[in-house]
Amino acid sequence: MVTLTAPETTAPTTTIDLAGSPVRDLNQALHNAIDGQAWTVTSPGGKHSLAVGIDADISVAIKGHAGYYAAGMHKTGTVTISGNAGVGLAENIMSGKVHVKGDASQSAAATGHGGLVVIDGNAGARCGISMKGVDIVVGGNIGHMSAFMAQAGRLVVCGDAGEALGDSIYEARIYVKGSVASLGADCIEKPMNIEHLEELEGLLAAAGRTDDPADFKRYGSARNLYHFSVHNSASY
Amino acid sequence: MTINSLPQDTVLPAPGIPAQRTEELGLRESATFDRATIADIQRAAATGVYDIRGWGAKRKVPHFDDLLFLGASMSRYPLEGYREKCDTDVVLGDRHASRPLHLQTPVTIAGMSFGALSANAKEALGRGASEVGTSTTTGDGGMTPEERGQSKHLVYQYLPSRYGMNPDDLRKADAIEIVLGQGAKPGGGGMLLGQKITERVAGMRTLPVGIDQRSASRHPDWTGPDDLEIKIGELREITDWKTPIYVKIGASRPYYDTALAVKAGADVVVVDGMQGGTAATQQVFIENVGIPTLAAIPQAVQALQELGLHRKVQLIVSGGIRTGADVAKAMALGADAVAIGTAALIALGDNDPRYAAEYAALGSAAGFYDDFQDGRDPAGITTQDPELSSRLDPVAGGRRLANYLRVLTMEAQTIARACGKSHLHNLEPEDLVALTIEASAMARVPLAGTSWIPGAK
Repeated sequence: MVTLTAPETTAPTTTIDLAGSPVRDLNQALHNAIDGQAWTVTSPGGKHSLAVGIDADISVAIKGHAGYYAAGMHKTGTVTISGNAGVGLAENIMSGKVHVKGDASQSAAATGHGGLVVIDGNAGARCGISMKGVDIVVGGNIGHMSAFMAQAGRLVVCGDAGEALGDSIYEARIYVKGSVASLGADCIEKPMNIEHLEELEGLLAAAGRTDDPADFKRYGSARNLYHFSVHNSASY
Repeated sequence: MTINSLPQDTVLPAPGIPAQRTEELGLRESATFDRATIADIQRAAATGVYDIRGWGAKRKVPHFDDLLFLGASMSRYPLEGYREKCDTDVVLGDRHASRPLHLQTPVTIAGMSFGALSANAKEALGRGASEVGTSTTTGDGGMTPEERGQSKHLVYQYLPSRYGMNPDDLRKADAIEIVLGQGAKPGGGGMLLGQKITERVAGMRTLPVGIDQRSASRHPDWTGPDDLEIKIGELREITDWKTPIYVKIGASRPYYDTALAVKAGADVVVVDGMQGGTAATQQVFIENVGIPTLAAIPQAVQALQELGLHRKVQLIVSGGIRTGADVAKAMALGADAVAIGTAALIALGDNDPRYAAEYAALGSAAGFYDDFQDGRDPAGITTQDPELSSRLDPVAGGRRLANYLRVLTMEAQTIARACGKSHLHNLEPEDLVALTIEASAMARVPLAGTSWIPGAK
C-alpha cells in the first residue's frame, strides 16, 4: 500500500515504489496531482500503463523499464523513463514531453497529436504510426513501417530507418540521418530547404542532441494517392 | 451507387420499352445477369473503379422476418397491455466500470461519424436519444460539441484511425467503444471521399481539405486479444475505472470474437451483422463479407453463456433492426440491447419521398438512395454541404427520432406482454419459432410446427 503525502510546490519529489503498490494507485495519484509537483516511480518492473492520462503540469521520473503504453495520452508535463519502454509509448500524446533514455518498442508515439517524444536509443516498428502532430526524435534506428499513414508532425531519426518508411504518408515530415531501407507507397525524398534545416535544428536542440542538420535527408508525401484513381491501383 | 443498385425484383423499363411491356412481350431476364448486375458491369467498364456506396447489405438474407413469437395461451399467462408493467430499462457496463450506463430503453443509436453525417444530423440523433433516455455514439471523426451537448449518454468510439481522439473527450464520455470492425465491412477500414472533407471535418481529423481519406483497418498500437487486454487496461487507468468499455465487432466469427473480447476485459460486446450500414464502402465488400445478424446472435450468446457471463457482460446487437418485433426477437435470442443506425437516419428523414425529384436528379429514387459517400444527400443528413445540411432541423429531427424510438419500445413491450414477460429481458429463445429451415438453423430455434432445429445436437 502506498503512502502518499501531497508534496508542496517546492517540496522534494514524492516517490512511489511499484514493488509495493499497484499501478492503479500511481495513476490515481498522478490524476489527483497539481501543477508543479514532481514524482519518482521506482521498481516499475516493466508494468503496463504507467503514468497514463496525465492532465497536470508535473514531472514524473520512472526509474527502470516500462511496459506497454507508458505515458499514454499524455497531455502536460514531462515523463522521463530511465530504461526501455514497451509497445505504444506515449500513444496519442497531446502535448508535453516524454523522454525515454533507452529503447522503445513498436508503435512509439502512435497517433500522437502534439508534444515531443524523445527516444535516446532505438525505436521498433511502426514508430510514429498515424502521427497527427507530435514531434518524435529518435537517437538510434527505427523499425519497419514507421510513420505509416503519418498525418502531421515531424519524425527525426538520427540512425537508420527500416523498410517501407512513410507508407501512405500525408503531411508529416520525416528527417533521417542514416540510411533508409526502403520508402513506402507515396513517400519520396524531398529537398532540404533553409526552413527545413531550421526546423530540424530546433527539434534536435529540443531533444538535447548535437547532430548536424546538414547531415539529414527529408522525406514526405508525393501526394499522388490523395484521390482514388484507377491508375494508382498498382501502388498499393 | 445509384440506378444500378436497385434490388433484383424491381421492374425497370428496358430502354425504349415501357416497364409493363417487358412481361407482355415475354422477355426473359437472366437470374444470373439481371439488370442490376449488367449495370454494375457496364459501370465498372466505363469508370475503371469499383462501386462505393452507403447502407449495409441489400441482398436478401435470413433475418428477423423469418422468426415468429409464440404468444401465451393455455400454458403461459399473458400480461395485460396498457395495465401490467413491462419494463424496458437496461444497465450496460457494470462488470468493471464504477459508472455503468442505465438506459430507459434497450434501443441505442449506433456509431456514426461527424463527417459522414452533418453536424445537424449528429445533434438530432443526440436530441432524440436523450429524449427517450438512451445513448448515442460518436464515429470515426471525433466528438463534436453538438453531440456531447445534446447527448445525455454518449458513447465515444475508439477507432483505428484515432481521428480527433483526445484524453479530454475520453474523460467526458459516458462509455468507450473500442471498434474492431463493423458488420458492413468486417476487416475493412473507413473511407470518406473528398467532397465531404470540409475545413471543419479536415481539422478534426488532421487531414488536408478535400482529399479522399482512408481510415486504417487495424489499430496502430495493439494486435490481437492479448494486446487488447492491455489496451483496455490503459483506457481504464486513464478514466480511473469509471467508464464502461465496449468492444464492437463486425459479425464474421462472433463466437470466438465475443469470447476473446470478454477475456480481454470488455464490459459490453457489440455485434454488428452484415445488414448494418456504412457511410462509404465498396459494394463488393458490403455484399460479400460478414454474416447476417440472425446468424451472429446465437454464436455470441453461446460464448457468453459458456463463460458464465451472459447478462453480466452485456450484448448489444445491430444490423437491420427496424421494428419493435426486431428488437424483441434480438432480445429473445439473448441480446441485452440493440443499436440502430440506418433506421435512425430514415427516422430523421433519409430517403423521404418528399425529395423524389432530387433523388431522380441524382440518378436514384426515394427508397433506393445510398450514395452517402457523395455528400449530396437531398435530406441533408449524409452531407457537409451547408445548404443541404440546413434542410435538417435538429429539433424536429430529434423529435421524429424520439417518436420512432418510443414506437420501437412500445412494440417490443406489446410482444413481451403477449409472451407473459414483465421485462424485455425475460424474452427467451423458447418464445420463438422459425419460418424457414435457414432461419431455424441460424437462430437455433425450431422450425414452426416442429421441434426440429437443423444442426442441433
